[in-house]
Amino acid sequence: MQGHRSNHNGARQGLRAPSLLSILVLTLFLAASALAQDTPAPPESFRAFDKPNDSGNRIMLEWTKSPDDGDGANVVSGYDLYRSDSPDGPFEKLTPQPMPPGDGSFEDRQVRAIGAHKVKNNTDYHYQIRALTRAGLESEPAVASASASWTFFDVHKLNTLITVVLYVTVLLGMIFTARSGRKMFIRRLAGIDAIEEAVGRATEMGKPVLYVPGMHDLAEVNTIAAVNILSGVAKKVGQYQSKLLVPCRDPMVMTVAQEVVKEAYTSIGRPDAYDSHDIFYTTYDQFPYVASVDGIMMREKPATNLYMGYYYAESLILAETGALTGAIQIAGTDAVTQLPFFVTACDYTLMGEELYAASAYISEDPMLLGSLKGQDYMKFMLAVVMMIGIVAATLYHINPEWQWLSDLVAIFKPIASG
Amino acid sequence: MKIAIPLASCFIFGIFAIVAWFFPVMNEVNKEFIINWTLVIFGFSMALGIISLITSHLRKINKQAAGWGYNVVALAGYFTMAIVGFAFGRGEESLFQYLFFTVQVPVQATMFSILAFYIASAAFRAFRAKSRDATLLLVAAIIVMLGQVPIAAENIPYMADAKDWILNVPNMAAKRGILIGIGLGMVSTALKIIVGIERTYLGKRES
Repeated sequence: MQGHRSNHNGARQGLRAPSLLSILVLTLFLAASALAQDTPAPPESFRAFDKPNDSGNRIMLEWTKSPDDGDGANVVSGYDLYRSDSPDGPFEKLTPQPMPPGDGSFEDRQVRAIGAHKVKNNTDYHYQIRALTRAGLESEPAVASASASWTFFDVHKLNTLITVVLYVTVLLGMIFTARSGRKMFIRRLAGIDAIEEAVGRATEMGKPVLYVPGMHDLAEVNTIAAVNILSGVAKKVGQYQSKLLVPCRDPMVMTVAQEVVKEAYTSIGRPDAYDSHDIFYTTYDQFPYVASVDGIMMREKPATNLYMGYYYAESLILAETGALTGAIQIAGTDAVTQLPFFVTACDYTLMGEELYAASAYISEDPMLLGSLKGQDYMKFMLAVVMMIGIVAATLYHINPEWQWLSDLVAIFKPIASG
Repeated sequence: MKIAIPLASCFIFGIFAIVAWFFPVMNEVNKEFIINWTLVIFGFSMALGIISLITSHLRKINKQAAGWGYNVVALAGYFTMAIVGFAFGRGEESLFQYLFFTVQVPVQATMFSILAFYIASAAFRAFRAKSRDATLLLVAAIIVMLGQVPIAAENIPYMADAKDWILNVPNMAAKRGILIGIGLGMVSTALKIIVGIERTYLGKRES
């Protein structure tokens, strides 16, 4: 038994020995093959440069992918970026995670967070990029250097500056002309003329006027335009002794709207008509706001709904609900994508710039009307410039040999791209 | 003073914002400091909003105005979320998130989905060929809709091209015309506010 057992154990050991040997061989083979594996080629065309037309503290890095990224040995899983203020190092890694495979770019910028790395102006920085394999092997580095600096004036905005200066000159010229008492013809807008009729209708029906000041906050010009129109509407509502409801999505808009309506009522001698509860905050969320306004429409059945300002997908939900209640509806928006919905569902629509012009129309202030005239002149000038551009581009397409045309088209190119 | 200080502030910061846009260093200051003030002001104004929300609902409940039950639901929802949020936190597995994703998100999605039905009803109203313009709109809409769906775009010759032409030529031209007008209108309004000609937003026009 003993001998048998011993033999049996010997057989077991005999079996175990080749297993251990094979594991050892396999391990050595894997280690050798790992060592033998070529490191990937580094990325190509690596360059570092100061970010143009900025306030400084930024260096841009750009590279073309390694030949082993997607092609060749196809082993690259990403790229590691390093930076040092000395060409000899030490280099610090710029990102905790490698940059993704493929061609890439990275903006090395001053970060205000505590402990984060900073890019100082007028200091030479040296960058390395290494391709990284899935096994964790890194390629030899590609190197580049740059220093950051700030720009005083952004030359790419020169066209815009010239246009703005020209526009401001025309506008101020027309405003002062209007101020001197010169009568100006301004085409009437049906939507504005209809406001009075709509408010009158609300009075006759004994129903309120609902005014929705848009979905943006006061940082947007379209909301300020909506608030300006609200002033004129409130005066008419006060004169007709009707009721005005203004549900607001933004508490700042609510506060300003309350002041505007209060002042409008006071200016027509009806301060008693003002009730701060008529201008109220509902919610900041888009669709809950729509639900609250729709609820007001269904319960209070306003005779007139006015939608002024900027809108998103809710435009049609609001306007269709208003149409269902039989209200007369006037909309004014500069949201181009929502215009078709308002045109379809409302009785009158102020399109685009008409929203900004409406306040001047309602107030009939000569200076504001003068600015409208200035706007028209500027639009005419822009149309002329665009026509010249179109003709020049067309002729240039027909005959690219004409040098003067090439020069003319070159003037328009930065305008188009800017 | 009630008018002069806001007008002066508006002029100074308005001019600064315009100039800063052309000068990168100033633009950085504008972005980092001045624009962030809006967030601070918003935080304070939110308190006013909450007061307005609660008082307006309480007022309707107190008066038992039409549909006052909805005001009760709105207030209950508001206080429930506020209490749950403060008491149990707003982490990923919290009750607050559970209520948000199982109540508010579906309700919001329902409101959004109504849009599909309203598009149908609005299209029905818009596409009635009562005039020459409406007929033109109807024809254009039919071409665009057919060009958009594979069954027509693949089987009717030139349908997809006609759709692309309508969208990229007349539609784009009109859109750009409107956009140029909007741009000029915005600049004009901004300028009028900066120089103090338009001061309706202050609540007072006369000074």
